[in-house]
This record gives sequence, C-alpha cells and structure tokens, in this order.
Amino acid sequence: MTDSVQARRLQDGVVAERIDAETAKDNFTDLHPPLNHHESLVASDRCYFCYDAPCVTACPTGIDIPLFIREISTGNTLGAAKTIFEQNIMGGMCARVCPTETLCEQACVREAAEGKPVQIGLLQRFATDLAMKQEKQFFDRSPATGKTIAVVGAGPSGLACAHRLAIHGHDVTVFESRKKPGGLNEFGIAAYKAVDQFASHEVDYITAIGGIDIEYDQALGEDITLDQLKSSYDAVFLGMGLSGVNALGLNDDGAKGAVDAVDFIATLRQTSEMNSIPIGRRIVVIGGGMTAIDAAVQAKLLGAEEVAICYRRGQEHMNASPFEQELATSKGVTIRHWVQPTKLMANDGDVDAVELEYTELRDGKLVGTGTNLTLQADQVFSAIGQTFEDATNSKVELNKGRIKTDKNGSTSIAGIWAGGDCTDTGDDLTVTAVAQGRDAAEAINKALAG
Amino acid sequence: MADISNNFVGIKSPNPFWLASAPPTDKAYNVERAFEAGWGGVVWKTLGEEGPPIVNVNGPRYGAIWGADRRLLGLNNIELITDRDLYQNLREIKEVKMKWPDRAVVVSIMVPCEEGAWKAILPLVEETGADGIELNFGCPHGMSERGMGAAVGQVPEYIEMVTRWCKQTTRMPVIVKLTPNISDIRYPARAAKAGGADAVSLINTVSSIISVDLDSFAPQPTIDGKGSHGGYCGPAVKPIALNMVADIARDPETTGLPISGIGGITNWRDAAEFLALGAGNVQICTAAMTYGFKIVEEMITGLENWMDEKGHATLDDVIGRATPNVTDWQYLNLNYITKAKIDQDSCIKCGRCHIACEDTSHQAITSMVDGERRFEVIDAECVGCNLCVNVCPVENCITMEPLPAGSLDERTGEKVVKEYGNWTEHPNNPSAVAAE
Repeated sequence: MTDSVQARRLQDGVVAERIDAETAKDNFTDLHPPLNHHESLVASDRCYFCYDAPCVTACPTGIDIPLFIREISTGNTLGAAKTIFEQNIMGGMCARVCPTETLCEQACVREAAEGKPVQIGLLQRFATDLAMKQEKQFFDRSPATGKTIAVVGAGPSGLACAHRLAIHGHDVTVFESRKKPGGLNEFGIAAYKAVDQFASHEVDYITAIGGIDIEYDQALGEDITLDQLKSSYDAVFLGMGLSGVNALGLNDDGAKGAVDAVDFIATLRQTSEMNSIPIGRRIVVIGGGMTAIDAAVQAKLLGAEEVAICYRRGQEHMNASPFEQELATSKGVTIRHWVQPTKLMANDGDVDAVELEYTELRDGKLVGTGTNLTLQADQVFSAIGQTFEDATNSKVELNKGRIKTDKNGSTSIAGIWAGGDCTDTGDDLTVTAVAQGRDAAEAINKALAG
Repeated sequence: MADISNNFVGIKSPNPFWLASAPPTDKAYNVERAFEAGWGGVVWKTLGEEGPPIVNVNGPRYGAIWGADRRLLGLNNIELITDRDLYQNLREIKEVKMKWPDRAVVVSIMVPCEEGAWKAILPLVEETGADGIELNFGCPHGMSERGMGAAVGQVPEYIEMVTRWCKQTTRMPVIVKLTPNISDIRYPARAAKAGGADAVSLINTVSSIISVDLDSFAPQPTIDGKGSHGGYCGPAVKPIALNMVADIARDPETTGLPISGIGGITNWRDAAEFLALGAGNVQICTAAMTYGFKIVEEMITGLENWMDEKGHATLDDVIGRATPNVTDWQYLNLNYITKAKIDQDSCIKCGRCHIACEDTSHQAITSMVDGERRFEVIDAECVGCNLCVNVCPVENCITMEPLPAGSLDERTGEKVVKEYGNWTEHPNNPSAVAAE
C-alpha cells in the first residue's frame, strides 16, 4: 500500500483510490472460482440422478439438472451444455447469479440429507463455460418464416425471447434504450458475480445464431412507440424491465450524497479500474434486497471503512438470501434491522449523517417507535426497490403497477407479449425473466403459425 | 485383546495379513519396509528358473478403473514374474528371513512344467530358510503363453502332477495358488489336494482388458499402439474371490484343506469376510500398491477391535464361521418372506427406489401419495427383492422386514407359514421329492 492510499483510507468524504489497484483487482475477482475438470467429476459424482428431481422442479427454466450433471460425469461436457441451453440460453449467467441456495440447491435431496447440496450452479457454469469458450452453437434456425418480431429490451427476457424466436425462423429486432445490451446482467449485478465482461460475451453467444438485430438508444415512449412497433411487426414482446426507482422520500435539506444504488452498481460494472470510483468513508445503505447487498459489499470492497445496511424490518423479512446476507457480513458489512431513515443531514451541502428511527410491528403494521439513531455517512445508498415506468402510453393493462400477463406472457392487447421484471409475474430474477421470454417466444411462434 | 496371531499350515506369523506375491514383494528393500510397517508375512514375488532373467515390457504395465474421485476400484497388470536374477533373489530371501524370524516368508515359484525344472529350484529355495513355497498356477498373462502360470492352473491333471513333484522334493509346506480363469474352482482345488498340497491360495488375477483408448482404439495399458489382456485385481474382484473360497471350503472333497484368501482385500472387514468363509489367512496386494504398507495398521486394529467387540478370542473363532451358511439356491427357504420398508424420517426423497422398481422391477414403490412426493412400498406388489435397498443412497433408510409366520402376504394372498420349505420339495418343481 502506498503512502497516499494509506492516507486516503481513513479520509472523510467521498474519495477515489481508497485502495490500490492490486487490492481492487483481488477484491473484485470471481466470487465463486470455477470448478476445474477434476472438481467437476467429484462434484458431479455426488448427484443421485433423482427420479422426477426436485431441483428441476425448483428451477424456473426447468433445466434437466440430473441429466446434465450425469453428462459432465461421463466427460460429455458439451452434451451437458446443450441440455442446459435447451431450456435456458442464459445458463451461463444464471450459473453465476442465480440464488441457487433458494432454488435448485435448496431442493437438492443432499441438502435434506446432509446440508451439502450438489454444486449445481458451479457444475452448470463448468459446462456452459466450455461451450461458450469453444463458441459451440447447438441450435440451427428453422427455415425463414418471413415473420418479424419487435422485442423491447435487450435484457434477459428480451434476449431469451429473441433467441427462441430466431430458432423458429423468425427475424427479430431488439430495441434497447441503452448503448449496450444485457440489461440487468450487464448493469445490475455485482461486478464479482460476472467478471471478464461475461454479460457482453453471453449476448454475443446468444445472437450468434443469427436473425437477431439489436438497435441501441431506442427507448420505448421516447424514440419508438408501441403503436409503431405494433403496426410494423407481426408481434411485439415487451421486456424492458424496471426503469424507475423508489425514492427515499426524505427531507434531505438538499444534501448531496444520496445515491441510487442501482446507478452505483451499474457504474461499477462499466468501470475497469475499480479503485478510481470515489467512495465514502462511512456508508449507509437503505434496503433489504439483493441490490442493497450488492451495493454494500462493493462499497466495502472499494475501501469504505464502515458500511451499514439499514432495513426497516427483521432479518426474516429480507429479500436478500441468507447466503447473500452472510456474504455481506463476512466482508465486514453491518446489517441493522428494524430501522427506517427519517432524515439526511448535511454539512456544506454534502451528506454527513442519516437519522433513522427504530421500528416495530404493532398489530401487524410497521410503525416507528419514536426513538432515533444517527449514523454518520458520507454517502447514503437507496436500494428500496425499482418501479415500472409505463412507457407504453397506457396501452396495455397493468396489474399492481406492472404489465398484466398470463402464463404465456400474453398482455391485454392481442399481438403483444411481455416478460421479465416489467410484468406482474416477474420476480426480479434473471432465471425467471429467461423462462418468461422463452415461453412467450413459444406462444408467439404458435400464434404466428396459426 | 483378541489374539490375531496366525498359524497357517505350520507357518507362524503375528497376524494373518500377508503381502501377496507381486511387485511389493520383489526384493528385500520392499519386504523389509513391509515388515517394519507390521505385515505378518510375505509371499516373495515369483521366482523363475535359473538363466537369463525375465524381460518385462518397458511401457505401461498397469491400467485401472476409478470411481469419480479417482478412487482406484480395479487394477490390471501385464507384469511378469520377477525380472531379477534368481540368485540375487535367493540371497535376499535368506537375509530377510534371518533378520525377521517371526514373520512368514513364503516363496512363489513358476518354472516350466517339467519335473527337472521343479526339482532343480526347490533345494535352492529350501536353502534360504523360507517357510514355504507357493506354486504360481495363476498368472493369466504372458507366462501362460509359455505354458506356465494359468496354463497349468487350468488343467487339473497338471496341477496334481506338479504339486506331487514338489511334495516329493521338499520338506517345505506347499501352497498351490489357483487361477479364477476356469469354470469351476473346485476341480483345480481337488487336484491340488490329490497332489498332496498343504493348502491352496486364491484367487490370482482375472483375465481382463481394463479399458480401451477411444482415441487410438487400443486396449490399455497400451504398448506402442497395442495391448494384451492382463490380470485384474483390486476391490472389484473381491466378490469373485469370496465365492471361490466358499466353493472350496464347503466342497466335501476338499474339506479341511487350508485356504489362503486373496482378492481385493482392502481393509479389515474384507479380510474378516474371507476368514469367515473359510480362509485361514489372507494375502493383499492392490490395497498396498494403492496406499502403501501403512494400511496394515488399520487392518490389525480393525480386526482386533471387531473380535473384541464380538467376543472372538482367536482367529480360529472366526475362520469358517460363515461356511455352513453358504448353501445352494435349491435349499433356500422359500417360505421366508420379506417386504421392503422405507423409513420416512430418513428418506431424502431422491426417488431412486421408485424408478428402479418402476422401470426395472415390480412396480412396488409409489412416487406420489395424496398429491405429495412420497415413496412407500406397496406390499401387494413387493417381492422383497432388495433392489431398492441397494440403490438407496441413505444407509438403513430402506430395510427388508421378514413377515412373521401367520401374517398375510398381500402379494400372494397366502398366509406366511412357519415351516422351512425349499425348491426340492416345492409343488412347482417337476423333480420335487415329497416330504417323507
């Protein structure tokens, strides 16, 4: 550690290079290093090849997990990759970001037997990494149908939908509001979960099938309208995710330093020199989900001295999985429960503290207790959820503030399907978005054929 | 503490664990290391006749099959008998025996099937002070092409003849090592006994091709693009060996013929099973070649502790105890009826019992009960086959429960009878003998 880095380590305010470049590199390396060949054999041998396997039922995309693991165990790794991609073309990213501990690995019978599930996520990564490294494509396109489909959003649901439509011989144009594809895979996930530009490589792998054209800087409601798409294409799929964020809604005295955690996470993902990102000495993160964890852990990894996640309810209510919570605490993040922010306090316009009120459940309702707590903070990250901003010009029916869909992704308007987080059946998981995009593509294909 | 000292055809050793004739016993250096580690005895690697030494291949000699963590399950070799000078071996045998008088040193021999050859080598071996000889009639590869090893062991008349030559020539106990590469192990054992053998040892390795290289399309181990069959050993051959030991132990014609048990013995439990089926001691090779000589410590303490726990004071309290319980299928009690029972508390719901039964057996295990994933035995279909027990990954989760006499077997609709009844008297047997 150089002297200047040493000096910045304990400096108040929001400053860059609290850690040196080498430490930054170490801190943001792969969270779960990949299995090597021998480890894959040992791990795959632990699979019991269950009948009607609970792990498959637990997977939103229904990957035939026992089969792909058996394929790995016999050295048929590409066969395993095909088994995965048949159900989930983003099997590579899902292997990295899925909360497997609450999905397939929780359902694994070895979890019941000994508390040590088969390492399904890592095995899935082992197989998909090999196929992607070899640029092995498993799917051929059916003869061209001449049908065109507009997909809004190049995130997990949009790309999964586009890929499946391309397989069926349709031509897809994806309209993406940003300058880069991938959606939350590219912008919304902690850097140590998808290192080495994985999200970007995955998009290349998916679009290599052909028939998928992505147009950037095309935001629905601004650059394009739903009416235009509906009249120009045979079908439309909406997979634009959630573009709004919930505001803390505090009296902030105009304090600077209240930061949207989603933006912070996106910035990290688009930065190669991590330690160039300015970070506070003391950080408070408001929220209890994965976004709060990702922001808090990365703040800590950037050299913040004290990072506290403040959540208004109890641990059992947190959306972040127990694994994620443990990851955060193991990195030195403090998680405080039963506190809600009431006020940001500023010094010369910059945040320097946040006032919180203790909360409790009274008759099933969350209420403030009237007792306050003040935490010093150079930055306050808001991670209290994202919202759907309706850019469809109110053409499609909403349910609970998101697009209403049926199990095939059909919306209230014929010819328009939707999937992923922007729908009322989305659950903020990449894997669910992929499943919905895929299934909507099948429904679209069926409708166009009919 | 149980006494595990061993007296096998008069050859005494502090424990029943001998190293089999094989690479670990090829020279004094290895044998002394084995004795230092605690092995009770060795059978020195097979000596050939005087003359230019045997030549081995200079490429790979071993092939293997593994479990997923490269746990070695079976080993195959194409190594021949000792390729060292006869007199150097004899000198070393003599030195080792003098230095380790309390350990068994038996010398394996394989010379051409001519009386002169045997009569020439026996005095040389006897002069070393070795405790006995083992006639290698088992080696299935290489030497058998030259009319030795298994080529002799597959012809009972030759076994008897060579055994007799040896018994006439030497005062040393003669152990005849048998090949499993025959159809009925009792014939070579009977021939050995007829020739005057003091004991038999078995099994030698099983003729095998362990694997094929799918890139070069050559058997492994591959020597310059070709491979020949080798001898298979290790844990995978233990069931074959146990059966052959039992066959000889319960053959009226060889009753009382001492047996040195060999074949896949890897731990004390394997050894105890051989002893129980009638082996007077055991020989080990692959386990030592996999883990080194230290394994004998586990074998010694394991056997002692088990004997203490069960109240067996000496090996004689164990040897042959299971032999009377080995019988022919026709004498098994057909009135003994079991049903599988699944302990729902320990079931982890993998469903392997269900799919094994559903796809390949008797459709006697549910997968759903009242809309829940649940595996239960359907007594009306269960034939008590035990497949579910064998495929269940959880120990003691599925058990076979005998139906008490007088209860109803829901599969047959008949009451369980108390009396023993076997196939020889079963009404469906055309050759049934009516009970007197």
